[in-house]
Amino acid sequence: MTTDDTQNVIDQPEVMKPRMVTIEIAGKKVDVPEGITVVKAMWYAGIDVVRGIGCLGGFCGACATYYRTKDDPKVRTCLACQTAVQDGMCFTMMPPFPARKAIYEIQKLQDPKQDLFNFYPEAPLCRNCNACTEACPQRIDVREGVWKAVFGDFKSVSEMFMDCVMCGMCTPVCIADIAPNLVALYVSRAQGAHFAEKPIGLDTRIKEIQEGRYNDEWHNVLKMNDKELAEHCATVK
Amino acid sequence: MDIHALQQIVHKTRDARRKQTIPKFSPADRDQLIHKYHPDFRASAYRPIRFGPNEGEKTVVELATLLEGDSPIHDDLDLTPHHQTDVLIIGGGGAGCAAALHAHGAGAKTILATKLRLGDSNSVMAQGGMQVSVAPEDSPVTHFLDTLKGGHMENDHALLKVMVEEGPSIAKWLLELGVLFDRQADGNLHVKKGGGSSKPRLVTCSDYTGLEIMRVLKDEVLNQKIQLLEFAAAIELLSDDSGACTGAIFKDLDNQRHVVVAAKSVILATGGIGRLHIQGFPTSNHYGATGDGLCLSYRMGAKLAHIDTFQYHPSGAVYPEQLIGALVTEGIRSEGGQLVNAKGDRFVNELDTRDVVSSSIIRECEEGRGIRTMSGRVGVWLDTPILDAEHGAGTVEKHFPAMVLQFERFGIDISKDPVLIYPTLHYQNGGVKIDTNSETNVKNLFVAGEASGGLHGRNRLMGNSLLDLMVYGKRSGLTAAGRAGSMKQGKLTLKHLERFRAEAKQHGNVSGVISPMILPAYTRKVG
Ligand SMILES: Cc1cc2nc3c(=O)[nH]c(=O)nc-3n(C[C@H](O)[C@H](O)[C@H](O)COP(=O)(O)OP(=O)(O)OC[C@H]3O[C@@H](n4cnc5c(N)ncnc54)[C@H](O)[C@@H]3O)c2cc1C
Ligand code: SF4
Ligand code: SF4
Ligand code: FES
Repeated sequence: MTTDDTQNVIDQPEVMKPRMVTIEIAGKKVDVPEGITVVKAMWYAGIDVVRGIGCLGGFCGACATYYRTKDDPKVRTCLACQTAVQDGMCFTMMPPFPARKAIYEIQKLQDPKQDLFNFYPEAPLCRNCNACTEACPQRIDVREGVWKAVFGDFKSVSEMFMDCVMCGMCTPVCIADIAPNLVALYVSRAQGAHFAEKPIGLDTRIKEIQEGRYNDEWHNVLKMNDKELAEHCATVK
Repeated sequence: MDIHALQQIVHKTRDARRKQTIPKFSPADRDQLIHKYHPDFRASAYRPIRFGPNEGEKTVVELATLLEGDSPIHDDLDLTPHHQTDVLIIGGGGAGCAAALHAHGAGAKTILATKLRLGDSNSVMAQGGMQVSVAPEDSPVTHFLDTLKGGHMENDHALLKVMVEEGPSIAKWLLELGVLFDRQADGNLHVKKGGGSSKPRLVTCSDYTGLEIMRVLKDEVLNQKIQLLEFAAAIELLSDDSGACTGAIFKDLDNQRHVVVAAKSVILATGGIGRLHIQGFPTSNHYGATGDGLCLSYRMGAKLAHIDTFQYHPSGAVYPEQLIGALVTEGIRSEGGQLVNAKGDRFVNELDTRDVVSSSIIRECEEGRGIRTMSGRVGVWLDTPILDAEHGAGTVEKHFPAMVLQFERFGIDISKDPVLIYPTLHYQNGGVKIDTNSETNVKNLFVAGEASGGLHGRNRLMGNSLLDLMVYGKRSGLTAAGRAGSMKQGKLTLKHLERFRAEAKQHGNVSGVISPMILPAYTRKVG
């Protein structure tokens, strides 16, 4: 676009007159432009971030962060790469939490629903406090998930936790020392490996390939010269 | 002007546009458009590589500079190993985890080292799905031909044949590990149609395919107790007298110390290059996508393929500033989202291939029909509210919850307001040249996943990357493990570095940078 064109230009107040806000990063006050993400605010403040960053896209859960807004006593949780800073906000990143992950051979389980109680004996002790749900930045009903896991409704759990980014923020808040995300991960894997239907079509295709059903076609395609191959590709609709 | 005032043109022209059909370009027009506007054809952004295995070949300036860069390692470094293993895997994304599980499963002692945490990668962000020819009307041969067409006929046939043939058994492996692919009512895998494919072939886990696969693979790596080195960035490889790869040197990002790992073979699975911001483009990639694997293998003498071509995803967010580069899923266009310029006109068939759509967006912006933001960015509108208008209120909210949430956090309701988009740097089409065992021309150096090159030709089809990772992750892991039993650990030397430095000196040490980059320099220098 031509530079003298002023018609199709968005005035961004934050760029024209960047409003600086004061935030507190792990206890230290700094001034940063309003509205940038928590991660970018750290960069802006000159802080190198190595731990606490991964995908920068809201998927990996590396950037689990506790924060509080101005004059509000409530401590909330967020993904730092997906949250904008505002004046008076204070935050600190959550270090990896020492939760215990059970070790299992998923394919060798005999009775996955019963095994849950061996791997995570604390799971049935959920006291319904709902702290995990309140902590989840992905809006998952975590408490409900833990209950469903314990009652053997593995299918629902696997659906509910599809958007779990494994940030682990549900874990430190649990008064029964449950790591709900790890329970859900076990349950989801067990659901997939043991209770989901076997796709017949997939087995058929694997067998066809093994038995050489496509060999003639391959032979045909692979002996073509570039021109023939290009023409052949064009016929695939 | 206020963004809402500028958006009015989209609302005003919507009804007229709804009745319009835009034909796809003819092959000739398509070629012309791409040659004129696709970033791959911007000659000024390219230069020949001055020395090394790809001497004289052109690539983007940012990459050429890093490839010619110097190693951070002094040649007198003490190479006494801190760890000794059969198979060393560098990179903890999809390809790295698959390689580790297979190498370990085959009985080899395996170490997985990665720059950030296990799993922090591009793989975890994949939403669209993985291509596997499972539908009855589909076949591996059709998958092969579609991919070849998408790759401008330049794909390595042998690599591609292996990938499409092993696709179904890879899907089965993932299912057995507990990955929850979407199903049809009869229990068969549900498949969707992706851009450039003639048959529905994308297997998905809602729009969290990469996340679901990675959750499972990470958990499995932990269950198998595979030794992990996290926050360990590979900064140099090791070689013996014959030039074969014998291990790697890492920088521990927590304490900046060097860690030497002796290995019988090394699998590089370091992913792509988006964070180099080639030609100033924003990127959809993760924080560590700085092309490290290319620099490391190049210094060892490994040949690179197709490193002059990159994929620019048509729809990266341009506004608000916080979301720059973030992907606005292709799904929006598949469901009828229209691209609209500043005059309120459509200018391309939204479902054309990624390179065509990206080129046409760039054309609109360069010819003055874009919308500019005060921070110096430019884009065109993606009419998202049209989905509600077309398919009923609530469609956007229901089909794209992740995107709605992402924009809502910044006060934008995409079901009411169109979003501003521009192509974003998304994928490295080429990489280190490999054979069907995933091995490079350097003995015992394997490369798998996005860091490797040849398979996708000059343009990757949506969904083929996830399959590539799993197939070549597996092959590299199995081959490396198979070799371990019968071989001795090679000597740990920096001979390749001596040779590389001598060559660089001959060419005047022009680069002046240290590579690999490891992490992009976003931290503001304060004071
Ligand atoms: C937003 C997005 C959406 C996508 N959607 C799809 C899709 O739907 N379908 C599809 O098929 N493809 C998709 N792709 C492409 C695909 O996800 C990637 O190409 C693929 O995941 C790359 O996998 P990888 O294992 O090769 O690399 P990555 O998954 O990126 O992993 C690389 C790993 O190497 C580590 N690493 C890098 N350098 C070093 C070093 N020096 N030392 C140690 N470790 C290092 C990184 O930290 C990381 O852990 C998408 C990509 C993006 C960015
Ligand atoms: S369930 Fe727990 S780990 Fe998963 S996203 Fe929510 S808080 Fe994070
Ligand atoms: S925090 Fe723990 S105890 Fe409370 S509801 Fe969640 S799982 Fe139950
Ligand atoms: S960095 Fe991955 S979710 Fe924030």
